Amino acid sequence: MRIRTLEISVGAFMMAGFAGLIFLALKVSGLTLDSASESYKVSASFENIGGLTVRAKVTMAGVEIGRVSDIYLDKENFVGVVNMDIYQQFDNLSIDSTAAILTAGVLGEKYIGIVVGAEDEYLVDGDEIEDTQSALVLEDLISKFLFNKTQED
Amino acid sequence: MIIQALRRVGSKGVSFLDTFGASGMFLFQSLIAMPNLRNSFPLLVKQIYSVGVLSLIIIMVSGLFIGMVLALQGYNILARYGSEQALGQLVSLTLLRELGPVVAALLFAGRAGSALTAEIGLMKSTEQLASLEMIGVDPLRRVIAPRFWAGVICMPILAILFSTVGIWGASLVGVDWLGVYSGSFWANMQDSVQFTDDVLNGIIKSVAFGFVVTWIAVFQGYDAVPTSEGIGRATTRTVVYASLAILGLDFILTAVMFGDL
Amino acid sequence: MSDSNSNFIEVRDLTFYRGERVIYQNVNLDIPRGKITAIMGPSGTGKTTLLRLIGGQLKPDSGTITVDGENIPDLPRKELFELRSRMGMLFQSGALFTDISVFDNVAFPLRVHSNLPKDMIRDVVLMKLHAVGLRGARDLMPSELSGGMARRVALARAIALDPDLVMYDEPFAGQDPVAMGVVVQLIRLLNDALGHTSIIVSHDVEETASIADYIYVVADGEVIGQGAPDEVLNSEQPRLRQFMKGLPDGPVPFHFPARDLTDDLLAGVDK
Repeated sequence: MRIRTLEISVGAFMMAGFAGLIFLALKVSGLTLDSASESYKVSASFENIGGLTVRAKVTMAGVEIGRVSDIYLDKENFVGVVNMDIYQQFDNLSIDSTAAILTAGVLGEKYIGIVVGAEDEYLVDGDEIEDTQSALVLEDLISKFLFNKTQED
Repeated sequence: MIIQALRRVGSKGVSFLDTFGASGMFLFQSLIAMPNLRNSFPLLVKQIYSVGVLSLIIIMVSGLFIGMVLALQGYNILARYGSEQALGQLVSLTLLRELGPVVAALLFAGRAGSALTAEIGLMKSTEQLASLEMIGVDPLRRVIAPRFWAGVICMPILAILFSTVGIWGASLVGVDWLGVYSGSFWANMQDSVQFTDDVLNGIIKSVAFGFVVTWIAVFQGYDAVPTSEGIGRATTRTVVYASLAILGLDFILTAVMFGDL
Repeated sequence: MSDSNSNFIEVRDLTFYRGERVIYQNVNLDIPRGKITAIMGPSGTGKTTLLRLIGGQLKPDSGTITVDGENIPDLPRKELFELRSRMGMLFQSGALFTDISVFDNVAFPLRVHSNLPKDMIRDVVLMKLHAVGLRGARDLMPSELSGGMARRVALARAIALDPDLVMYDEPFAGQDPVAMGVVVQLIRLLNDALGHTSIIVSHDVEETASIADYIYVVADGEVIGQGAPDEVLNSEQPRLRQFMKGLPDGPVPFHFPARDLTDDLLAGVDK
């Protein structure tokens, strides 16, 4: 009987370790098991992506509708291209939607906010969002502000 | 004077190399002697129990408190910059990359490592090891190998549980007590934690620590002078050497994993 | 090797050092088959070492140790382990495995070396435990046994495989008179009943002399006397006499080497 409890507790220990690993994977690092199958790809070019990272959120009206899957520089046009995986259930984004890189709070993470347009046609896998708004870069803002100030004087 | 000091350093160095080589040989012999699974599996289960399950309480309690303290301290600092919602990120990265593997390994060395050394030393002093040999069973195979593997298997599990409980404790303090918005606590965490970079690297670290700690513990036990004084000394040595090895190895591994080396 | 008159173990020109210290210098011993041979001598002369040399746990610096025709120091590991299954050893402390029960302790060598089915192992274990009078204690853990009982269980384990050779390391040390009497009788009985060769290492003169067929007395790395118990007990050789009779002073001095007492007292302070 003693040996039984020993084996059961070892089994429970191993299971607890496995459950911990799952917790770390899903809840802490936000790994999703079925991200590949149930999403479609949309890309967008930005003049400045300003600290956006892979796996940042893509939101609409503050609700997460996808994730950034890939970021690279377009060597011909010198713009930053961002690929996004949009979850399959949000398949009714019109093709003239706009994408903007936003910041949550002053020091918070960067994410992409999408505002839907008016067209009847919807974005499908491989489409590009044409209308984009780059990240607000603090230095640019300050210099613009100072420039305006000096012009007013 | 100087020559004498040099000579002493030299002979210390030689004896260190000697011990190191002997322990390497010892480990090698234990591991090539992995016997058939049917006989050794119950032994392994028994050792996982005494090495892992019995260390669980201290690991979980320490993890909980460390997570809670991290949340308190982090909150106070982050609140100055108005970015409390980054608390999840701070706690989870600290725990997964550093504190989880390292503190769990230090506790493991103190709890399980010293017990392993004392147990094997006692088996040596009561002639159980010699008696195994006389029965025609290799003590390395029968006594050392299962303990070693149990240590290597248990360490990452304990580190995972340490981090898990720590993050839970941090959410308890941060979200439920200090009032950080739970959505941004978890979302911030999920955005900054990478499974491969942070979680897996932490686990690799803890496997390395488990290897080193158990190696030191079983070798010190096997090499102990078989008297009560000798076993006491060997136990102390296990904790000291293992702790130093964990911290030194942690620097090297961190440099390789996160320092672009 | 079927010749029953031949010696089971022959030790020739055995020399063994521990560090710089000489433990044995050109020692020759014969252990006759089927008899009880005792090896006696003062503490610290390496009697246990001799058993370990025979068991192959230590290697001699020179000389040969032949057990049943095979030279132990030359044997490869596998064959040595094979040969060890025909040896049983009773350690001074019993050396029972503390994490398993009495039954499992006795069953251990059987499970390692034989492929007997479970119920056969059970029968053999119970028979061996019965032989030492502890069949009723089979479910106890070693920590629950008294010293004398632990030694009897260890004896049952040592004879579990019906070995050709049983070595007893200080079987009488630290036992109360009753337990000691039991062990003395068991060694004799088992030897006669099972017909194996026995070696007893001990410094308890009376008990050893009462059951041994032949006695070697070793001291200072050499054999200082040998013969049947009566011969050794009544020997007039000074060193032998001192040891066998337990005289406090003799060739082995009572005093640890030191300078003259008067000088020492007058010196006042140790420099």
